[in-house]
Amino acid sequence: MTGLGRAGRTLRRTAWQALPTMIGIIILCFFLLKLVPGDAADVIAAEAGSATAETMAALRARFGLDQPLLMQLLAYLDNLAHLRLGFSARFNMPVSELIMARLPNTLMLMLAAMSMALVVGILAGWVMAIFANRWPDRMLQVVVLIFYSTPGFWIGLMAIVLFSVKLGWLPANGNMTIGADLTGFALIADRARYLVLPSLALASFFIAVYARLTRASMLDVQRQDFMRTAAAKGLHPVTIQLRHALRNALIPVTTMAGLHLGNLLGGAVVVETVYGWPGMGRLALEAVTGRDFNVLLGVLLFSSLLVIVANVAIDLLHAWLDPRIEVH
Amino acid sequence: MTYPLLRVEDLTIGFPYGTVVHGVSFDVHPGETMALVGESGCGKSITAFALMRLLPPGARIQGGHVIFDGVDLAAAAPHALRDIRGRSLSLILQEPMTSLNPVLPIGMQIAEVMRRHEGIGKAAARRRSVELLELVGVTDADRRYDDFPHHFSGGMRQRVMIAMAVACKPRLLIADEPTTALDVTIQAQVLELLDDLRRQLGMAVLLITHDLGVVAQWADRVTVMYAGRVVEQAPVRPFFATPQHPYARGLLDASVGHDGEAHYTTRRLNEIPGSIASAAGEAGCPFAPRCPDRIAACRRAPPVLTALGPDHNVACIVAAGTDHVAVDR
Amino acid sequence: MSRDGTLDGAIDIAAPAAAVLRPAPRRRGGRLLRACVTNPGFLIGLLILMTVSGIALLAPWLFPGDPQDMVAAPTLWPGEDWAYPLGTDSLGRDVASGLAHGARVSLMVGLSATAIGLVIGTLVGASAGYFGGHVDNILSRLTEVFQTVPTFLLVIVIVAIVQPAASTIALAIGVASWPTVARLVRAQFRSLREADFVMAARSLSYSAPRIIVMEILPNALPPIIVTTSVMVANAILTEAGLSFLAMGDPNLVSWGSMIGDGRDLLRTDWFLTALPGAAIALTVLSLNLVGDGLNDILNPRSGLA
Repeated sequence: MTGLGRAGRTLRRTAWQALPTMIGIIILCFFLLKLVPGDAADVIAAEAGSATAETMAALRARFGLDQPLLMQLLAYLDNLAHLRLGFSARFNMPVSELIMARLPNTLMLMLAAMSMALVVGILAGWVMAIFANRWPDRMLQVVVLIFYSTPGFWIGLMAIVLFSVKLGWLPANGNMTIGADLTGFALIADRARYLVLPSLALASFFIAVYARLTRASMLDVQRQDFMRTAAAKGLHPVTIQLRHALRNALIPVTTMAGLHLGNLLGGAVVVETVYGWPGMGRLALEAVTGRDFNVLLGVLLFSSLLVIVANVAIDLLHAWLDPRIEVH
Repeated sequence: MTYPLLRVEDLTIGFPYGTVVHGVSFDVHPGETMALVGESGCGKSITAFALMRLLPPGARIQGGHVIFDGVDLAAAAPHALRDIRGRSLSLILQEPMTSLNPVLPIGMQIAEVMRRHEGIGKAAARRRSVELLELVGVTDADRRYDDFPHHFSGGMRQRVMIAMAVACKPRLLIADEPTTALDVTIQAQVLELLDDLRRQLGMAVLLITHDLGVVAQWADRVTVMYAGRVVEQAPVRPFFATPQHPYARGLLDASVGHDGEAHYTTRRLNEIPGSIASAAGEAGCPFAPRCPDRIAACRRAPPVLTALGPDHNVACIVAAGTDHVAVDR
Repeated sequence: MSRDGTLDGAIDIAAPAAAVLRPAPRRRGGRLLRACVTNPGFLIGLLILMTVSGIALLAPWLFPGDPQDMVAAPTLWPGEDWAYPLGTDSLGRDVASGLAHGARVSLMVGLSATAIGLVIGTLVGASAGYFGGHVDNILSRLTEVFQTVPTFLLVIVIVAIVQPAASTIALAIGVASWPTVARLVRAQFRSLREADFVMAARSLSYSAPRIIVMEILPNALPPIIVTTSVMVANAILTEAGLSFLAMGDPNLVSWGSMIGDGRDLLRTDWFLTALPGAAIALTVLSLNLVGDGLNDILNPRSGLA
């Protein structure tokens, strides 16, 4: 009945549940790859400049493209199991290496945006719930609705105009000062400066989502009997909100946070382009321009896996917040 | 006569749409069980919440005093009120399934009260909480300290609530329909426990209920409410022997079986023709539309609570024999 | 009794019973009207939405000619030349005309993508919720797969495979956005499956499609309607992101492509980016206001959809 034991069981269960989803996503990627006009043999032939029908057939046999679809799928699965995502003709390196090189940047952006969205969103929602239907609430509701309705990348562009062009406070492009050769705290500060605007642009929509959710669930919690019990104990209102209300109110928020992870990664594609952020999203776009579908689908697959992993983490958080989970 | 522990004077409570409790007054003496009785919607629960200033949003105390231990709770500063809540005045709610926080261990929820009011350490609070759990009849208390509310049945959760309420040895415990949500077999056990604790700890209990059987068995005195007003107050014996208000008589008639024995628990209060809703918009006695004894004067003004004997009050001009006064006016 | 014997008569008698048991959606009419009047956000949203739709519909008459044509000197600021009140872009194209024609693209893509998403999502969700068991298992897995894949990336992949055009973009967004509807419809169907009026219909051995479409769906509609406006809003946002990345329909001016074009001049002529973005924000805002309003009207006791 300890928290650690519960976390372990939850981890096993959610990982087990994620397996079919993972296989489903791989199959989806495989079929999307099959939908691409032309195959690997065509690509190589096009690069070689010319190819006879015989060499094409030989190439297809070498890649297993003459096998039945099911065998090809199994080969694809086998490759994935060994983290072989194919070779990128455009970048001249294995797709998995390419993605791994970009992954840390995207992860950093995602983590920064997600933390910003959760912290700011929950705080805003909390304030709105406390002042429900009074002017701070109404004002924040308008702000939140605007954040909810405005494309993040456009907020990013406008933030560049304000903070980079007009005020000159923050850099608008890249993820670090090139050639600055910084160490220690200066390095972290430099990275952080580059991180502010992109994560704001990426987080804006999610700040709004979490603020709206937190407001609704906070208001719902205030009506619960146990809140009256807590007040009847003589606890201070701040203690009541922190110890008794917040945790209950966060349960639906974490559930929704999981649902929005995919959108966050999708949004990263545009935001990374706006800020020249060398992450997976921009890699996807470069792959589209280069018509390099191995890379594009590799990014899709990898992002989906990232969503699954993040979902497992959120399930753990959910189980920690809500002890009733184990019953179901 | 001892000075009352709690004196409620002319308490008036309203929502934005209207007043729901009209000038209610009653006393609770140290160590006694006082029952506040009425059918649902009569304002008894809202009165109980008002005593602790825990009204639902929108509701407001519009007038009157709640003198508890010499302090007017209706006017006390929030921090003074917080020092009283949970320490000398505590509360048990009707619905044990929802009145405990579902995401916190029950032991911690009990310990929290003592840490708040007695400033004791974590370990001491835990030890005391385990003792309290044993006191209210939770077996294997030390292990169950870390369990969550969903591990407990309704009756057990109500025991946990009681442990929480008596943790700081309060002088008055307000119990709002503490057994209504429980199985009949469990009801008696919980009431028995409450009564034991009352005697052990020397506290008074304000028992809010609609169940006359519970009143007959566990209460010392009774206050009957109807449509937001007190209609009769009496010690339990005279009340059940000679109820004075026609509403109280109706209640008792409806509760007594044909064999002449009282079966209060099996019947509910609303077996008098009509409903409490008919009191809405009534200028005179709120019970007049349903009253078998009404006279013309009843429709003029709400009757005032009049003393019939020591400690026996009734708000009925016919029963109190003050009808001529009303007519003269 | 009945004309020819047994079965028809049974249906004739029982059908009104099923109709009585079914909660009447018609009573909402009055509530809807009252809510329209008392909910200012809903009214404002509706007004903005109607204005944007009006401009979109009338664009060919308000701004005749191709919005891609060069009409004046490049980078005129708004107000500089009143013939082009919102200025011109780096190629001398009329910004106002682009916005009006862009509204057509945004709304068209938004609406058709939502229609596609609604059809797929409702089909999947209704089957999963109504049949339960293995069907539910398989369809729920499928929904989860599509829910997990980052929507925007999936749209990019689909658009990259098929050629970008307004129709294929709508299709891609629709294909990527159905899981929300499916989850919602499934939940609705699961709770309504056991309702009395459905039991009545089943006891009359109505066919499954008939029960799904005629009995359950009308009662599952309110949350679906609320979701629709949010879906249109999201589709517009997705289309804007796509055309901002130059992956939109190359033959059409859209708000996203205008932002993408204006981006190169962000440091000097930032209005070229600001204006189309504001148009997107305003339109999406109106849809969200309408969605929130509908939510208050149709699901008065619920929180956020």
